[in-house]
Amino acid sequence: MSEDLKIIDEVTSGEYKWGFVSNIESENAPKGLSEDIVRFISAKKKEPEWMLEFRLKAFRHWQKMQEPQWANVNYPKVDFQDIIYYSAPKPKKQLNSLDELDPEIKATFDKLGISLLEQKRLAGVAVDAVIDSVSVKTTFRQELSKLGIIFSSFSEAVQEHPELVKKYMGSVVPYTDNFYAALNSAVFSDGSFCYIPKGVRCPMELSTYFRINSAGTGQFERTLIIADEGAYVSYLEGCTAPKRDENQLHAAVVEIYAHTDAQVKYSTVQNWYPGDKDGRGGIFNFVTKRGLCAGERSKISWTQVETGSAVTWKYPSVILKGDYSTGEFYSVALTNNYQQVDTGTKMIHIGKHTRSTIISKGISGGRSNNSYRGLVRIGKQAEKARNFSQCDSLLLGDKCGAHTFPYLECANPTAKVEHEATTSKVGEDQIFYCNQRGISTEDAIGLIVNGYCKEVFNQLPMEFAVEAQKLLAVSLEGSVG
Amino acid sequence: MLNIKNLHASVEGREILNGLNLQVNPGEVHAIMGPNGSGKSTLASVLAGREAYEVNDGEILYHGENLIELSPEERARKGIFLAFQYPIEIPGVSNANFLKTAVNEVRKSKDMDVLDSKDFLKLMKDKMQLVKMDKSMTQRSVNEGFSGGEKKRNEIFQMAMLEPELCVLDETDSGLDIDALRIVSDGINALRDGKRSFIVITHYQRLLDYIVPDFVHVLYKGKIVKSGPKELALELEEKGYDWIKEEVEI
Ligand SMILES: Nc1ncnc2c1ncn2[C@@H]1O[C@H](COP(=O)(O)OP(=O)(O)OP(=O)(O)O)[C@@H](O)[C@H]1O
Ligand SMILES: [Mg+2]
Repeated sequence: MSEDLKIIDEVTSGEYKWGFVSNIESENAPKGLSEDIVRFISAKKKEPEWMLEFRLKAFRHWQKMQEPQWANVNYPKVDFQDIIYYSAPKPKKQLNSLDELDPEIKATFDKLGISLLEQKRLAGVAVDAVIDSVSVKTTFRQELSKLGIIFSSFSEAVQEHPELVKKYMGSVVPYTDNFYAALNSAVFSDGSFCYIPKGVRCPMELSTYFRINSAGTGQFERTLIIADEGAYVSYLEGCTAPKRDENQLHAAVVEIYAHTDAQVKYSTVQNWYPGDKDGRGGIFNFVTKRGLCAGERSKISWTQVETGSAVTWKYPSVILKGDYSTGEFYSVALTNNYQQVDTGTKMIHIGKHTRSTIISKGISGGRSNNSYRGLVRIGKQAEKARNFSQCDSLLLGDKCGAHTFPYLECANPTAKVEHEATTSKVGEDQIFYCNQRGISTEDAIGLIVNGYCKEVFNQLPMEFAVEAQKLLAVSLEGSVG
Repeated sequence: MLNIKNLHASVEGREILNGLNLQVNPGEVHAIMGPNGSGKSTLASVLAGREAYEVNDGEILYHGENLIELSPEERARKGIFLAFQYPIEIPGVSNANFLKTAVNEVRKSKDMDVLDSKDFLKLMKDKMQLVKMDKSMTQRSVNEGFSGGEKKRNEIFQMAMLEPELCVLDETDSGLDIDALRIVSDGINALRDGKRSFIVITHYQRLLDYIVPDFVHVLYKGKIVKSGPKELALELEEKGYDWIKEEVEI
């Protein structure tokens, strides 16, 4: 920040400084968004000056931006002044036993085949000290630190590894990137930070589930993953258990930075509350996920299974800067009832011999709307770049919609780009065939849809894939007719 | 076991079966022949409970129970199996996974324990031998990219896995080469145990050399117009259907 700005800043906000300090005792910020709120958040988190500056810059930029309207989704206008941007992490309400759990959630847990112990953990039932996961987490963390891997909450990283955060934060998704990324940069609550040092192969799937001090999913989560030269990591986000949240608007940012020969595999299963059968309630999920293949031969792959949220707007992307780098996007997006999803990817080819693969499977049931939006951009220098895209849509009824918007910008004649798209319906004859073998219609649809998604599920780590299959079956309920 | 009386059934408002009668006792093999479009596959679909096929009159009793009220999966679980004339492809679902689901659904309905992977694989290995099916087929998606003959063989493999009581085979012989016809027929014969019954729909007497029927019926314009012993098939092979059509028209 320039000296001038700093002075202006101090002068304009001076008045509030005191009020602000007294406010810091309170747990929640008042509703609405202003520079003071941004300062409040930063102070609450005891952040260093440079972090506050980043937030303020982002906020000022955000103020000048317009909410995007181009996605193929409809939702009531979000009143950004009607949101509480900071509330202290609250411990989940403790239940004494699973009997106190909402029967509907309990039923879903059972269908997903989640073990009783796991159910208790997810529902916030106090679990025996012996089997408390804390000890598991500690061993886990020790093992990682032996290898020099840093895996912590974003806030912790800001305090403990400021040089890394400063260097990489915003290097892949600058706060100027888009409306929601700017908003996130200004007010993000917490998230995950992960650094894999040179030549280290992370020996286990890193999952937010194991992260110490994770305060639950915030409304504005921020994740930063850095794989140094030759490093490898597989990162899992999310949880297949149904997640209810009072916050309607979620705007997360995920940044991945891959150095030379590094590989990052990022898998998501997203199952937030999609709203009820009539489309009421439900979460609006506006996410910016992007990876930068900065070094030669680096590789980033995104795998996502999206079944939740009322409105989703999400395009995990890869910038292929290093020569011979690879980007992959595997996606299953299932919509039911009144859900709306506009998802896809962007593959930006800059380096020579860069390759990208896009496999997208959209499934729509009920009265839902499912859009794939993908951009493949081949830059001037991207000699011999290659892309293969396959976008399939499956319709489970006649009241739902599937849309495909592929965009291609190619500035290098040596590039090779292939695109395939299909739209199909679950056939009455397929269902009858299953029925005739003793399989109920509901199970038949589950089987058929899972088969349809196989290419993507094959990319998921084993346990995640199993959970994802069960999740699809549950999400499909009542999808036909 | 199966008793069809005065069955009238229509599809898309068109009556295809009109007054069909057929009785099948345990252990019997009934061959059904008849010109194209006479309603053979329709009968099979009606027995299996396909939704588009509406029963307008008559009754179908299976072990004394009214079959018409049962859903297709309930019928299947009670032991009715249809080997399709045109088996359906299910991309991405392995034959093994498909059959495991099916076998266990049937077992659950009979209050039997579901098979774990180990027992299931063993069962599959046994039954694969029965129709000499290649092991690699079980890992491939259900019928996807199968040749016509492979699909038919797969139907009989599924039948062997599910151990039904009443097997309806709709033109299982069409598409099979000479060796495959013998192998598949041997497989079917191995499943004849004196209790299991078969309705074998075919155009060719050749199949009936292998699977010797107790009765041969001619289906014409939605009715069984002639029934006889296995020799009737030979007569049809020789003379065609015209003489039967004439008999009916008179
Ligand atoms: N879903 C349907 N919609 C319209 N017509 C149908 C349908 N299914 C069957 N039909 C008609 O019913 C009649 C009997 O058909 P079916 O398939 O039962 O004949 P088939 O005896 O099995 O003939 P083939 O020997 O050629 O297999 C035919 O005229 C056919 O066109
Ligand atoms: Mg037929």
